[in-house]
Amino acid sequence: MKRRTGIIAMGAVAAMVLSGCASGGEGEGEGTEEGLDTRGPISFAMGANDAGKLEPIIEAWNAEHPEEEVSLVELPQEANGQRDQLVQSLQAESGDYDVMALDVTWTAEFAANGWLQPLDGDLALDTSGLLPATVDSATYMDTLYAAPQNTNAQLLFYRTDIVEEAPTTWDELLSSRDAADEADMDLLVMQLRNYEGLAVQTTQAINSWGGAVVDTDGQTPVVDSEEAKAGIQALADAYANGDIPKDANGFTEEQTNLSFLAGESVFAYNWPYMYDTAKNEPTSEVGDDFDVAAIVGPDGPGASTLGGYNNGINAFSENKATAFDFVQFILSEENQRSFAEQSFPPVLASIYDDEELITEFPYLPALKDALENAQPRPVTPYYAAVSKAIADNAYAAIVEGTPVDQAVADMSDAITASTGE
Amino acid sequence: MQMNESVAAPAPVKRRRRSDNRAGLWLIAPALLVLAVVIGYPIVSAIVQSFNADRAFNPETGFFEDGGFAGFSNYMHWLLQDCGKGMNSCPPGTAGSQFWDAIGVTFLLTGITVALEVVLGFWIAIIMGRNLWGRGLLRASVLVPWAIPTAVTAKLWAFIFAPQGIVNAVTGLETQWTTGTWELLTAVIVADVWKTTPFVALLILAGLQMIPQDVYDAAKMDGATRWQQFTRVTLPLVKPALLVAVLFRLLDALRMYDLPAIMQGNTSGAATTMSMLVTATIREGDFANASALSTIVFLIIFACAFLMVKGLGANAVAQAQPDQRTVGGGKQKKLVAVDTSSTKAMVMPREGGK
Repeated sequence: MKRRTGIIAMGAVAAMVLSGCASGGEGEGEGTEEGLDTRGPISFAMGANDAGKLEPIIEAWNAEHPEEEVSLVELPQEANGQRDQLVQSLQAESGDYDVMALDVTWTAEFAANGWLQPLDGDLALDTSGLLPATVDSATYMDTLYAAPQNTNAQLLFYRTDIVEEAPTTWDELLSSRDAADEADMDLLVMQLRNYEGLAVQTTQAINSWGGAVVDTDGQTPVVDSEEAKAGIQALADAYANGDIPKDANGFTEEQTNLSFLAGESVFAYNWPYMYDTAKNEPTSEVGDDFDVAAIVGPDGPGASTLGGYNNGINAFSENKATAFDFVQFILSEENQRSFAEQSFPPVLASIYDDEELITEFPYLPALKDALENAQPRPVTPYYAAVSKAIADNAYAAIVEGTPVDQAVADMSDAITASTGE
Repeated sequence: MQMNESVAAPAPVKRRRRSDNRAGLWLIAPALLVLAVVIGYPIVSAIVQSFNADRAFNPETGFFEDGGFAGFSNYMHWLLQDCGKGMNSCPPGTAGSQFWDAIGVTFLLTGITVALEVVLGFWIAIIMGRNLWGRGLLRASVLVPWAIPTAVTAKLWAFIFAPQGIVNAVTGLETQWTTGTWELLTAVIVADVWKTTPFVALLILAGLQMIPQDVYDAAKMDGATRWQQFTRVTLPLVKPALLVAVLFRLLDALRMYDLPAIMQGNTSGAATTMSMLVTATIREGDFANASALSTIVFLIIFACAFLMVKGLGANAVAQAQPDQRTVGGGKQKKLVAVDTSSTKAMVMPREGGK
C-alpha cells in the first residue's frame, strides 16, 4: 500500500511540474514590434479548397524574389479545420504561418487575441482602389488588421427558360410559383442547414429588409427590429408554404449547387462559383439557360452577405517586411485579374469595369452591384458564438416553426450572452 | 494489487521482497512517467483550466486579456445554466442551453445502443460458437464492420440515410434522416449497432468458449431443457465476460463523438452528444468553459463505470465465483486464483499477458 501512494505522489508531482511549465502568459501583441523590417523566406497558409488559385501567384513571386521565397502551406479543406489549425499554432505564439488567408469572419477574433500585425505605420496599406466593404471586413477597432485578398457575394441564379426576366423584388420572385409548379420544379433553393451558411442567409434576409444583426459596435444585438423580423418571417413563410422545398433544411452550398445543376430549381441563392459549375460541369443540365442577378429584398435588390478571404500577417512572424510585400503583390492588378478569371471575385474595384473580362464573364456587373450593396457579417471577436446564436434560432424560426418574435428575442439574448458576460 | 496480496509470500522472504519492490519500481518508472505525461498531465491541466475564467474582453483596447481565477463559475455555467444572469439564463442558441439536452441524448443513445448490441451480440456469439460449416469465414465476416474505421462507417451510413439515399429509395419514403430529431437518432443508433455489435459478440464468444462442454453434458443428464441450460448454465458462466463487454461499451457509448458528429455534421442538431458539445465550446474559444464541461463529462463517465464495477461487479462475484470453482478445469485456474470482482478477473489476465 505504501508503495502505491509513493507512485501516485510521483505521478502527481510530475503532472504538476508539467502543468506549471505550460501555463505561460496569454499576453497580447507581444511580438508585434519584432521583425518589422526583416526579410527572408516566408510561408503562406490557406485552405486547400482555394489554395490552387494562389499557386501561379506564388510561383511568379518566387521567380522575382529568390531570396524571399514563399512556400504554400495547405490547410484543411473545411473552414473549421483551417481555423482550428491556425488557432492552435497562434496560441503557442508560433510564427510558422507568416501570412494567413483568413475567412472574413475570423479577422476580428484573431486581431482581438493579438495574433495579427496591424497594418499601420511602416506597414500601412493603400486601400484606395479596393472595394470599401472588403476593407471594412478587415478593419477592427478602426485599425486595418489584414489585407483583403478576394471577396464574395451571393447572387440570385435564375433559369432564363422558365422566367423571362430576373425578379427585382421578393414578391416578384414568389410570383413565379405557378411557372415553377408547371415545370415540376422547386421555386427557390438556398442554404437552410443549421450551419454557417444559414447565418449567411439570415443576415442576408435581415439586411435586405433593412434591419441589422448587431449595432455598429459589433456587440449590441439589434435583431428585434421590425425590419429584421420581417426578413426572417419572409423566409419562414416561404419555407412553410413550399416556395422553398422542405429538404432545403439539409442544404449547404453543395446541395444547392447540385439541385440547380440538375434542373430541379428555378431560383437559387449561391456564391458565384456556381456560375462556373453550371456552365462547365459535364453533369450540368442547365447549360446556357440561366443567368445571374442581385439577390432580392422587399422593394428592390437585397443586401448580400460578404464572403472571401483577408490576408493577415502573423504578429509572431520573423519576416514581416517580406510578408507585407507579398500581401501587396497579391493585390496587383495582374493578380487580381487572375482571380476574376477563376470565378474568385477580386477586391480591386477596377477589375469589375474591365470590358474584356465582362465579355468573358458576363456575371461581373451583377456581382459588382451585389458587392456594392453587400454587408459584412458582424465584425466581432466572438463571431463563432454569434454565428451559432443566429443560425440556431433562425433554424428554429424558419424550419421548426418557432414564432419569429420568440426566435428573435432568443437570438438577441443569445448574442448578448455570448458577447457580454 | 489484490493479485499480489492473494499470492502473498510467507514471512521469511519478506526482506528480500523489499529490494525486489524497489527494483520493480525502477523498472516501471519509465512507463509511469509516460502515463503521467500523456494521461496525468492533460487531466490535471484540464481541471486547473476549468477553474480559470475565460479570456476577458477589454472594450477599451479591443484585446482579450487573461480572465484570472473563476472558482466554480464555469461549473455553474453548465450545471445551473448560468449565462451571467443567474440560474437558467442561457437562451437558446448558446452552447450552455444545450447541456441537459446533450446529456439526455447521450444517455438515450447509450441505453438503446448498448441494449441492442448485447442482445444481438449474444445471438451472434451463440451462432459463431457452433460447429457450423464455414465457421471461420463467418467469424471473419462478422468482424468486418468492426474493422472499418468509424469515420468511414459514419460517412457510409450518412450516404445511406441521405435524402436521395438508398433507405428512402427502397422504402419510398421521403424521410429527412439527417435533419429530423427522431430520424437522426434512429440513423445514429442503426449505424452504431451495425458497427459495434461484432465487438460485443466477440467478447461474449470468448466467454462462451470458456464454458466446458461437460457442464452442458451434466445438465442434459439432469434433464435440463435448452432454456434451462441457457438460463442456469450459459448465462451465469458467461456473466463475467458479458459484464466486461457491457462495461466497455458503456464507457465507449458515453463518450460517443465521431459517429453522430459526422452523420449530423457540424451543427447543433438533435444528436449533439456531451463530447460534441465540448468541441463546439472549444471552437467558440471558451477553453475554460470547455475544460469545465469535459471535467463534468469525465466525472459522469467515471461515476457510471464505478457503479458498474461496484454494483453489478460485486453481485457477479457472489454468484459466479462458486460456479467457477466447481467448473474450474485446467483452463480456469488463472481466473479462480484472481480473487476479485468478475470484471477485473476477466481483465487482469489479458493485461498481464501483454
